[in-house]
Amino acid sequence: MTNAPSPASPELDDVLARHDHDPTRLLQILIDAQEIAGWLPAPTLTRIAAGLALPRARVEGVAGFYSFLYTRPVGRYRVLFSDNITDRMLGNAGLLDALCRKLWLEPGKTSEDGLVSVTTTSCTGLCDQGPAMLVNGRAIGQLTHRRINEIAELIRQQRPLDLWPAEYFRIDDNIRRTDALLGLDMAPGAALGAAIARGRDGWLDEMRASKLRGRGGAGFATAVKWESARNAAGSAKVVVCNADEGEPGTFKDRVLLNRYADLVFEGMSLAAWAIGASEGFLYLRGEYRYLRPQLEAVLARRRAAGLLGTAILGETGFDFDIRIHLGAGAYVCGEESALIESLEGKRGTPRIRPPFPVTKGYLGRPTAVNNVETHAKTCLIALHGGAAFAATGTAQSTGTKLLSISGDCAAPGIYEYPFGVPITRILEDCGASDTQAVQVGGAAGVCLASYEFQRHIAYEDVPTAGAFMIFDGTRDLFEVARAFVHFFAHESCGFCTPCRVGTSLLKGFMDKLADGHGAKADLNDIDWLDRLLKNASHCGLGSAAPNPVIDTLQKFRPAYERRLVSLDFKPAFDLDAALAEARQLTRRDDPGAHLKTHEESPE
Amino acid sequence: MSPVAPRKLRVATCSLAGCFGCHMSFLDIDEHLFELVNLIEFDRSPLTDIKDVGPCDIGLIEGGVCNAENVHVLREFRRNCKTLIALGACAVTGGLPAQRNHLSLSECLREVYQFRPGIENGQIPNDPELPLPLDQVHPIHEVVRVDYFIPGCPPSGPAIWKFLTDLIAGRTPRLTGDLLHYD
Repeated sequence: MTNAPSPASPELDDVLARHDHDPTRLLQILIDAQEIAGWLPAPTLTRIAAGLALPRARVEGVAGFYSFLYTRPVGRYRVLFSDNITDRMLGNAGLLDALCRKLWLEPGKTSEDGLVSVTTTSCTGLCDQGPAMLVNGRAIGQLTHRRINEIAELIRQQRPLDLWPAEYFRIDDNIRRTDALLGLDMAPGAALGAAIARGRDGWLDEMRASKLRGRGGAGFATAVKWESARNAAGSAKVVVCNADEGEPGTFKDRVLLNRYADLVFEGMSLAAWAIGASEGFLYLRGEYRYLRPQLEAVLARRRAAGLLGTAILGETGFDFDIRIHLGAGAYVCGEESALIESLEGKRGTPRIRPPFPVTKGYLGRPTAVNNVETHAKTCLIALHGGAAFAATGTAQSTGTKLLSISGDCAAPGIYEYPFGVPITRILEDCGASDTQAVQVGGAAGVCLASYEFQRHIAYEDVPTAGAFMIFDGTRDLFEVARAFVHFFAHESCGFCTPCRVGTSLLKGFMDKLADGHGAKADLNDIDWLDRLLKNASHCGLGSAAPNPVIDTLQKFRPAYERRLVSLDFKPAFDLDAALAEARQLTRRDDPGAHLKTHEESPE
Repeated sequence: MSPVAPRKLRVATCSLAGCFGCHMSFLDIDEHLFELVNLIEFDRSPLTDIKDVGPCDIGLIEGGVCNAENVHVLREFRRNCKTLIALGACAVTGGLPAQRNHLSLSECLREVYQFRPGIENGQIPNDPELPLPLDQVHPIHEVVRVDYFIPGCPPSGPAIWKFLTDLIAGRTPRLTGDLLHYD
């Protein structure tokens, strides 16, 4: 650190001015400021701290938290390979190696001329068209060796991204099965008009009758959440749409935002009408940043049509508008209280609850946070009534559910089913054969073995936020679990010790087994760590982190046991090799200068 | 009918890459030592000078693993002890000796035996009688399976006493409050 005054930067001053020098906009300011140099040099952070009257450490703390903010130089071309298990199954590691070789580059390093850096990132939500990558925030799917060769060439020629072939950036929606929601053709404003006609109370009654539950995974009753927010003290209420779709294997929100943005924004307005909110945020995950321009266009169109702004649809007193808030690569921000921290411009550390966001959320104001799909579903209820909505699905899980299907099947993509659909039916529809296991609900979800395929997708049986990853008989379920364990270790926010240390230790044990140093004792330690993570973590990330291991250890135990080299214990490192340096220094090679790596068994 | 006197538990102790501070702390249980000798008997230990460990109930290991001899001793303890305990910071984490882990072994040995001021024609000792150092110092659980850990530098006498009496009485040992500390 130097105390020299930071050089003047009109561009940075412009960013600060654009965000009104508002400290709650810190994350957005950092994202925009990074556009200037491609990364965030120390003087930039110092200037931002001064400009917002924040402590320097606060700014550095936020900059250091998010994966897509860089406090060290990165390449002018930042290539991030999506590293979900589905990308791995499609061969992303070989493609990453090939690209690095073509560019004379080490993975994770920036080239000496500052041109390019190549590394991995968590699931980018393109599992149905992987392997995928992000180049300077823009998504490219369906990577092949041929495409990688072309990309290497484009980078070497320093061709601007806008001049790359447009087909690279084509993202398919891959909608394979439509039902009530995806088949809905609604004129913007129709649902809102119907809800306004019912009055705020009448509209909430319909919501209650629909028995709609949150589509983000937890399945909390939406009407109860809205009612609590409405009844909470305080007038400046907030509606937040959680589009931080970070759960590996989930991509339904991407499709809803790409093709059904009007339904999502209309749903947010319906929530605002119910609870009396005037301000709305769409929290868009950094990986979906490329959707922002078209989403802003939809918002502008809705404002022009009188569907956002003051006196919406002529209803005096109904004022509501929506702003888009970008995330920057942090899975934990999908947890609603971490998301709110992030909205306030802070590190995404989950809050202690209660108080719940419905009473004290964004800036202490009553805040209703709902999933993208939940918001979209409310349009159906406004149009056709709660009773009609509740007529489909099961008793405790009304309506339909969008599934993001990926992995070993003929037709990956988006499938909409009424709740209660059996796993076997889904596997049949998407053309899966020789299926060994299905991971439902993403890394944090549940791993089902073939004897469970008669079970149903519903909150009362197999709940899910939408991820549905299929593994056929050629896959190694140990490697699947290990990939998820690496994911959680990477995404732990670091706030609580059980999760920060526990996910890291669990990763160590899984790697030890993978490296061929595993022993029976390690399985006991893994069991113990699983329990510790589950019971002692501060939030759902830590308590869900051992799920893939718990499930696969129970259902695919031989995948672990076949890796064991000892029934008792074995070190993770080679003891004899650890003496090599000393042997060389002393020029000794006598028997005492060696250690058996395997201890002979006493019997 | 006279009750059968319970068998005395056999206990072995040793210090690997440690400073004997944990053993000194063990002796700090003071007058409890009289109770203890009624409950246990010592096998290999600095207190008995027995050189090889035989079948035991409890093994207490002070210090981490820094050389080949430590590995042999530790393995012998593991083979013979039903319950093996990492006693003190060095056994639990590698402790102070592990501070050399961020240097290479040759840097360490050359600095000490060849480049230190006042040394001329210094050589790194290579007598086969001397155990070779490992390239890194390891906590003992990275070399053998360990059943229990007692942190502290050193753990206090009362902590060691509580732990041993729990174990002898058949309770799963548990240190809480003041007895559990890491410094």
